[in-house]
Amino acid sequence: MVNENLEKLRMLLAGQFSQVVDNEFILTSEEELRPYECDGLSAYRHLPLIVVLPTDIAEVRAVMRICHRNKVPVIARGAGTGLSGGALPREDAVLLSLARLNQILEIDAANLVARVQPGVRNLAISEAAKPFGLYYAPDPSSQIACSIGGNVAENAGGVHCLKYGLTVNNLQALRVVTVDGELLEIGGSGLDSPGLDLLALMTGSEGMLGIVVEITVKLLPIPQRAQVAMAAFDSVETAGQAVADIIAEGILPAGLEMMDNPSLRAAEDFVHAGYPTDAAAILLCEVDGDNEEVSEEIARVRQRLLDSGASEVRTAADDAERARFWAGRKAAFPAVGRISPDYYCMDGTIPRKHLPRVLREIAAMSEKFQLRAANVFHAGDGNLHPLILYDGNKPGELERAEEFGGRILELCVEVGGTITGEHGVGLEKINQMCAQFPPEELSFFHAVKAAFDPETLLNPGKAIPTLNRCAEFGAMHVKAGDLRFPHLERF
Amino acid sequence: MGDITEKLQQQVRKAFLERTPLRIQAGNSKHFLGNPAEGELLDVRPHSGIISHEPTELVLTARAGTPLSEVEEALAQQGQLLSFEPPHFGGEATIGGAIAAGLGGPRRPWGGAPRDLVLGVKLLNGEGQVLSFGGQVMKNVAGYDISRLMAGSLGVLGVILEVSLKVLPAPPKTRTLMLERTHADAAREMRELCRKPLPLSGLCYLDGRLYVRLAGSHASVNAWKKRLGGEEVAEHNTFWQRLRDHQLDFFQRNQTLWRVSVGGNTPRMSFEEESLLDWAGAQRWVYASAKPQDIRDEVAAKGGHAQAFRNANQVDVFQGMDPLLLGLHQRLKAHFDPHAIFNRQRLFPHD
Repeated sequence: MVNENLEKLRMLLAGQFSQVVDNEFILTSEEELRPYECDGLSAYRHLPLIVVLPTDIAEVRAVMRICHRNKVPVIARGAGTGLSGGALPREDAVLLSLARLNQILEIDAANLVARVQPGVRNLAISEAAKPFGLYYAPDPSSQIACSIGGNVAENAGGVHCLKYGLTVNNLQALRVVTVDGELLEIGGSGLDSPGLDLLALMTGSEGMLGIVVEITVKLLPIPQRAQVAMAAFDSVETAGQAVADIIAEGILPAGLEMMDNPSLRAAEDFVHAGYPTDAAAILLCEVDGDNEEVSEEIARVRQRLLDSGASEVRTAADDAERARFWAGRKAAFPAVGRISPDYYCMDGTIPRKHLPRVLREIAAMSEKFQLRAANVFHAGDGNLHPLILYDGNKPGELERAEEFGGRILELCVEVGGTITGEHGVGLEKINQMCAQFPPEELSFFHAVKAAFDPETLLNPGKAIPTLNRCAEFGAMHVKAGDLRFPHLERF
Repeated sequence: MGDITEKLQQQVRKAFLERTPLRIQAGNSKHFLGNPAEGELLDVRPHSGIISHEPTELVLTARAGTPLSEVEEALAQQGQLLSFEPPHFGGEATIGGAIAAGLGGPRRPWGGAPRDLVLGVKLLNGEGQVLSFGGQVMKNVAGYDISRLMAGSLGVLGVILEVSLKVLPAPPKTRTLMLERTHADAAREMRELCRKPLPLSGLCYLDGRLYVRLAGSHASVNAWKKRLGGEEVAEHNTFWQRLRDHQLDFFQRNQTLWRVSVGGNTPRMSFEEESLLDWAGAQRWVYASAKPQDIRDEVAAKGGHAQAFRNANQVDVFQGMDPLLLGLHQRLKAHFDPHAIFNRQRLFPHD
């Protein structure tokens, strides 16, 4: 019965969409829908009701008007590389792919901005800006594939955030189609705009507030030179202390990454980066700037790392070695993928000083859940990516991996951190939101959502849990035993 | 000095129940900013004190009433700074006020605005609830970014109680060069300098002089000084501080001072008879004889906005907003502050 109704709805929408979008870009058969069943979090899969791929803003607006009129939920999707299930389809929802809005509209070098469509790949922006001596700074590891629209939706980070910020710090303006098909202009040609900072509110909102259809990003001059030092440590604690020592030295590295022994060994086996496989942990510390600055700073970094107890420090002799040092780090996830049938990537952020405790407890959990873990860490900004190794074909292992991951995130909250640094909540971490936020704050998020999308048609069920869900999950924050808003429905 | 959350909460709850407006104020150094707010005083200044500063975590948390000078001194002792260089305007500016006003100083194009450095806030909403958003970590994408939304909101959404900020190491060396230039040459040269990998932290043009502030490693600043030439400005910190706080002679006029925010490469506009270019041309301080609406139309055509920053004299302070955007603002305001008790009129003239 339900399926029959959905089938009718699919046909109805296909008919209405065909008035505004070419038929070949309206996908309805199972065969066509299958490629859209998941994003980068492939453990969760659903077929969408229908997929529509508009080609410009006018078509996006027309599609949104149709969905709004029919009260059908809409899930926006960029390149589908997200790691938290933010673009996971629903059988009763339209999947709106922005992949065909893939044009770089303008590189305005004199104003240091680029105006691009959401389907443009992150790296393509820097490639287009390169002839002008400019680049776009945020560089998530998936930058060869991920789209800038998805970066905005997730407030994507990367390995250079400590110095250059996240997506939110590198945007200047957005054009956004609202749930009812209107076009919002947020931001402008200047560095600020009147009123409230809706640019910040939209960034990282996971497709819950509107459909981003055009993005003006800031560009920066390409640094004259970058230099990286790799340091080996006998213990994770010493490596953690070395990070604090570098910061205390007054150096702001462009990148500061840590890998523990399991992850550095996997990476070494995979790409032969030249990592010392007997080290308990390695640090990669990159400084960039002009020639003079880099020469001065890399010498200070080297000395500091040695003084902090590094057993070995190597400075990349040339660009080829620098690229090799980074290749190991950037390939850490697929490298771990080679040593385990499946892995589950977590994304907590902690105050850095708690790193030794958090890694100790992850090791203890690894024993308890009988699953291996490898740790990759954006050490400079406290963003930890534990990779939990499991085999999805062994009964119960996925569930154990999820429980293990959930516990890690709750631990991050316990030490004053957060359940997601850069991958987003999506569907994956929705239960852990209940551990991080008490009901009054969750209610507040729902109110913000209602200001944009009163009928909750945009990406329903993601990012912000209902109070009811939190009550069922059992991790509802209850301050001093007194539940606020007892009159509220726990829907 | 201390935590007066409960006292503030009581006053807000009372105002909520009685639906009486409140005027949020701490140091009152920016009293001229925005439209005049009406209502009973809610004095945040006694809610003061640095709660934590962990230099190696690059994070500082302080109560809203903490004087900016106290924050900056604590940071300086550890070789750190607030990279957005907030104005003090010669008064007892506070950290809460700096965030609520959202203003950045001359370093803003390179050091960011307050919204770029805010990691978390604790706030009192219009019902008197204490809510926390964000946190004390650099990267956090859990939930909507309410903490950044508070930056520049001029108090219309709630009372900032505490704020956590990303702080940065102070550059080891800072020097300022002065080059004699025409307006047109300076405007072009500023944009060219922005495109080079230069350790910049200020680019300003006033009275035939282009001021270039370099901030970075000793070797780099010295090398660029040689390359750029010009005359080194002695006591240069005073110049930038007087620019930041509007103490230069340029700002001492009893006439509407326009703040024009526009793409830095926008050509000189017809009303820019007397202007000071800051932020490499992206922030222009202007005295103009043109009609306010003409100024606004011309700026809007360039994608920017114009604010009657001081001495508005009957002129609308802010550039008008598209009705769709305004509607969103009003719905957000209604959720944060259902009885519209906070800073009525200050950001929206007709609420």
